[in-house]
Amino acid sequence: MRVEFRLSGSGGQGLLLAGIVLAEAAILEGKNAVQTQSYGPEARGGSSKAEVVISGDDIDYPKATDPDFLLALTADAYRTYGKLQGKGLIIVDSSVALDPAITARTVALPILDTAANAVGKKVVANIVALGVLGGLSGVVGSSVLETAVLSRVPKGTEELNLKALRAGLELAAGAKAKA
Amino acid sequence: MPKTVKLMQGNEACTAGALAAGLKFYAGYPITPSTEIAELCAEELPKIGGKFIQMEDEIGSIAAIIGASLTGKKSMTATSGPGFSLMQECLGYASLCEIPLVIVNVQRMGPSTGMPTSPAQADVMQARWGTHGDHPVIVLAPGNVRECFELTLRAFDLSEKYRVPAIVLTDEVIGHMREKVELPDPADVKPVRRAAPKSPAGYKPYAVESDSATPLMAPFGEGYRWHVTGLFHDESGFPSNKPEVADKLLRRLMAKVEKNAADIEDYATESLEDCDIAVISFGSSAMSSLSAVRRLRKEGKKAGMLRLKTIWPFPETVVRELAGHAKTIFVPEMNLGQLALEVERVVGCRSRVVRVGKVNGELFRPEEIYNAIMGAK
Repeated sequence: MRVEFRLSGSGGQGLLLAGIVLAEAAILEGKNAVQTQSYGPEARGGSSKAEVVISGDDIDYPKATDPDFLLALTADAYRTYGKLQGKGLIIVDSSVALDPAITARTVALPILDTAANAVGKKVVANIVALGVLGGLSGVVGSSVLETAVLSRVPKGTEELNLKALRAGLELAAGAKAKA
Repeated sequence: MPKTVKLMQGNEACTAGALAAGLKFYAGYPITPSTEIAELCAEELPKIGGKFIQMEDEIGSIAAIIGASLTGKKSMTATSGPGFSLMQECLGYASLCEIPLVIVNVQRMGPSTGMPTSPAQADVMQARWGTHGDHPVIVLAPGNVRECFELTLRAFDLSEKYRVPAIVLTDEVIGHMREKVELPDPADVKPVRRAAPKSPAGYKPYAVESDSATPLMAPFGEGYRWHVTGLFHDESGFPSNKPEVADKLLRRLMAKVEKNAADIEDYATESLEDCDIAVISFGSSAMSSLSAVRRLRKEGKKAGMLRLKTIWPFPETVVRELAGHAKTIFVPEMNLGQLALEVERVVGCRSRVVRVGKVNGELFRPEEIYNAIMGAK
């Protein structure tokens, strides 16, 4: 079964890394995964989008066509990609004002706030988001996600990133319990 | 060492393929979307006694790899459209002087500076005819990350075997895409090396045994003396203005690729045997195309796919065979009809050829190709 993720936000938020780790986790579980990206010419700021397709079968087209999960960490990303969202779920940061014109199923979670306050560093919002995506989709197990995080984050930041991942998994578990 | 399975980026796989081929020298000027190749070569080459140089521009880059190749080192540069344009003059020099080298062109939207982070496939004709004069060149187009490894390795092999510059033509999607790749055991990789003379005595750098043959290449610095010039030259390598020398040389250069086309041509097919709708594509457009073809098959339509892994020499035989039974041939590409020109040339009026071009800086969505096929009347 093909599962598609779109991770959107602003350049510098680390969403590309989150996409890479998600794809790597899928591969560690023996699945196929393709990760693609699109971004503007800016080094940071500007819009940024990473996509991950995970499947047990051969993946021909590498991009998301109708994402099962859309992550939006900024208002811009929410408005741009929320409108395109069909059957899949939107996961938006709580700081973003919801738009009644966007009708896809939506959960708002305090991803940026959890990174900044509960985990203690706002730069790990991408890994909190990864935990949320992993938890809500169930497409990869949490221990595999931990292994994938450890293989891709800079040395010396392992504990911080694991804390962020677990915080994200907890946010997902909370959201699931409410649903 | 066992096979390794890992999540790998296209540009990373190109670098790995080059290193597996025996890359020892990289000179380049970083440019989006090819920069990861330069970064990785800068990291890896010093570890194996190789050299990485960041040059002042792309003219310097190709000049430097020409020099390095003359000393016997396998050499490469990587770039994108604007840099590839600057390399054209020296590309002709390498063709005429028969200097093996590999250029990876990760295509982006052009012309000019264009859209640096957006994919395109509009350098198909430039790769063939970008430098002036008739000249031989080999162009390979990976269709996924694994092929970035395989075809970069193959580009070195073909370039060494025929002493022809080889271009690996990828694009922003393939270059930046990450997917699961299984790399071969290094012990199973047997890279080709240019044939070298046995002794400096009587060495004639451009003497050959037959009209389509490749001359033996002596590395500079090992006691051989030979002259390298972008002027037409005779067997000794020294300039000649004689019409018969020029004619013989240029015909031999072209024959190296033309007469060995069957060895160089490579492609992949799916459901081609009984198809009456055929899609011919390459690179990232072929991924969208394949998705559309599979959907058509599921719906009971006789659709098939030919994906070119060698673009130049253009694989005429397989396209000609296809023209015999496919009523319509669609050619999706991220340009306004460059590969389609070659398809039209080979097919003639035996099948209808439909150009499907996209030039907005985005990869085709599969339904765009599906709709183009279903909507064609």
